[in-house]
Amino acid sequence: MTDHAVTAPPAGRTLASYIYDPKFRGLFFQALTLAIVLIVGWWIFDNTTENLRRANTASGYGFLSGRAGFDIGQTLIPYTSDSTYGRAILVGFLNTLLVAFLGIITATIIGFIIGIGRLSHNWLIAKLCTVYVEIFRNIPVLLIIFFWYKGVLGALPQVRESLELPFSSYLNNRGLAFPKPIWGDGAILIPIALVIGIVAALAIARWAKARQAATGQQFRTVSTGLALIVGLPVLAFFLAGMPLTFDYPVAGRFNLTGGGNIAPEFVALYLALSFYTASFIAETIRAGIKGVPKGQSEAAGALGLQPSKITRLVVVPQALRIIIPPLTSQYLNLTKNSSLGVAVGFPELVSTGGTTMNQTGQAVEVVSIWLVVYLSISIATSLFMNWFNAKMALVER
Amino acid sequence: MSTQEIGFVRADLLPPRPAPQRSGSAIGWIRANLLATPMDVVLTVLAVALLLWSVPGMLSWLFFEAVWSGENREACLTMAQGGVQPDSWNGACWAFVGDRFQQFMFGRYPIEERWRPILVTVMFIGLLAPILTPRLPYKGWNALALFVVFPILAFFLLHGGTFGLERVETPLWGGLMVTLILSFVGIAVSLPVGILLALGRKSDLPVIRLFCVTFIEVIRGVPLITVLFMANVMLPLFLPTGWTIDNFLRALVGVALFASAYMAEVVRGGLQAIPKGQYEGADSLGLSYWQKIRLIIMPQALKLVIPGIVNTFIGLFKDTSLVSIIGMFDLLGIVRLNFTDTDWITPVTPITGLIFAGFIFWLFCFGMSRYSAFMESHLETGHKR
Repeated sequence: MTDHAVTAPPAGRTLASYIYDPKFRGLFFQALTLAIVLIVGWWIFDNTTENLRRANTASGYGFLSGRAGFDIGQTLIPYTSDSTYGRAILVGFLNTLLVAFLGIITATIIGFIIGIGRLSHNWLIAKLCTVYVEIFRNIPVLLIIFFWYKGVLGALPQVRESLELPFSSYLNNRGLAFPKPIWGDGAILIPIALVIGIVAALAIARWAKARQAATGQQFRTVSTGLALIVGLPVLAFFLAGMPLTFDYPVAGRFNLTGGGNIAPEFVALYLALSFYTASFIAETIRAGIKGVPKGQSEAAGALGLQPSKITRLVVVPQALRIIIPPLTSQYLNLTKNSSLGVAVGFPELVSTGGTTMNQTGQAVEVVSIWLVVYLSISIATSLFMNWFNAKMALVER
Repeated sequence: MSTQEIGFVRADLLPPRPAPQRSGSAIGWIRANLLATPMDVVLTVLAVALLLWSVPGMLSWLFFEAVWSGENREACLTMAQGGVQPDSWNGACWAFVGDRFQQFMFGRYPIEERWRPILVTVMFIGLLAPILTPRLPYKGWNALALFVVFPILAFFLLHGGTFGLERVETPLWGGLMVTLILSFVGIAVSLPVGILLALGRKSDLPVIRLFCVTFIEVIRGVPLITVLFMANVMLPLFLPTGWTIDNFLRALVGVALFASAYMAEVVRGGLQAIPKGQYEGADSLGLSYWQKIRLIIMPQALKLVIPGIVNTFIGLFKDTSLVSIIGMFDLLGIVRLNFTDTDWITPVTPITGLIFAGFIFWLFCFGMSRYSAFMESHLETGHKR
């Protein structure tokens, strides 16, 4: 060691010594990259401002408070064509969240059933589920959206020949008309009761867990919790004097008036996203359950646990650790794929943003809004994932 | 120990069980696989009922009732709608697909010039088949021909304008041809760019790492359709006034950027699975950074992530259908274009066209996933227990 330590560095470094010095090379290449990126960025910025100036397009987000002037078929918040562009984009964003939320729930349910079905000992069920997965996984989601929109929903009858369904609902090629609930005075009690129910159920679950850890006594957490979550709002509904009336759709000569309406665009997008994503979720579930070593369930059986308890207490908690990360990325994919609503005219974020972009020419601003919204959703999800992974991670020595 | 109380000891013998069912026979197989438990019986009955309810109707719609030949929409309309079919008729209209097959394959590419895309396809298959067959030699030359020589030749053949070939502008391109070109270019660009991005993300140099992470995360965080809109609307803004950029090229740029970011993450997964000793071993042999990556790390890392790479290819192939939203006529776009064609406008045309397009997409994607499974088992060198 000492032999090397005493070798003094040469007084003046030659050029070659710089070229072969990893530290210097690293600095040089980073500086080079930075310079190229800055020059290209400046060039793009310069071209863009020049192009915008020639096209007489004002930059900035002032256009958001201008009058939109276009109608939106399905809105969650009040909106007319006199509303602002900002509100139109907000309506689109809420529609994106709506279809993503409903799609995630449905896709998860179908995906779980299909994924578990593929592992079934029943040959027929396993094969049917495999066929489902192999079909939907290998077809573009856009094609499935069109399939529902053109092929199935487009084949529904005209408005005048609407199919009559139970509960005064009508099905035709403009969507499903159904009695719209109108909440009267005192209806506010119901969501309050729901929140109280959920909080109480969570508190009881905590208490029951602590008690079981301390004394070994078990408590019927699930049924009590369900009773609280369902029972309290129902109780509130009756206490408030049943403040609910319906606005029924009425079949007129040419059109249905009144009631609520679910547009076929929404149904097509929702069904397509659910069926498509379900095939991926099914594979995730299957991989997760197969990823739990067989010794785990055998050991649980040797301890004398019933098959249902083996699944619930031993297999599922370990499978979840494998399933949750890819499942979250599937949820994220579904949310991003909801942007394909633009192809059938469902007014989600990209669709209302696209209309705004066409009307105002504010391409850079609208694209930046899209980027910010979708990136925020992604980042929020990955933060949640990191938290969840840290919580679920195997505690090792 | 000896004083421990024993809770339960069986004193009598259990009754003998019946002999096990023969598992070799068909009845044994049915009992074991379809009717093992009461729950299985219920499920089997439900599944059979579902099949009986759906399959005959589907088969008759797709094949027995379907119209296989015809000149125009009248072949696929009922008499009440002004056609030749009986009024209760409902079936697929394959005559429509047959009539428009050429268009679905080539778009509006001039008919007398269609030997050019066919020649390109033959060249492509001729170069792809040997590279996909593991036994054949000269993989390096083959890859060079496929990924460098072939694209240049294909561009001059398809686009024309030189060597006495008539010029065919990209708006005339369409159909499966465009889908395949977009996917091929996406794959050919995304693999090397994705590897570079993945290396950049794992790099020790903070500036390069920052750029790579930002690019990957931004592209992966947004839907492809916004990337395509961005390429479509903003690329012309980014270039100096007067420069124009072909619509087809814009879509290519969007698809390639998108695929590269996803590929980078797949490759990074492979890089992370390589033990540190491999890097250190390469360093101790005195290999340079690029020698280390090329000779030691990448061969192992890429082999590990073949399923992920092929999944990205499949995703890319399916995602190319999105270019129909920005006004290009890929396979799905050209099928949709024909829905409004007055020659073939019938109630069953859209669904027939969509089923045809879906089948083509399915064929390619399923083929890729089967090939990936084959490669995985072929390259298996015994690392798995």
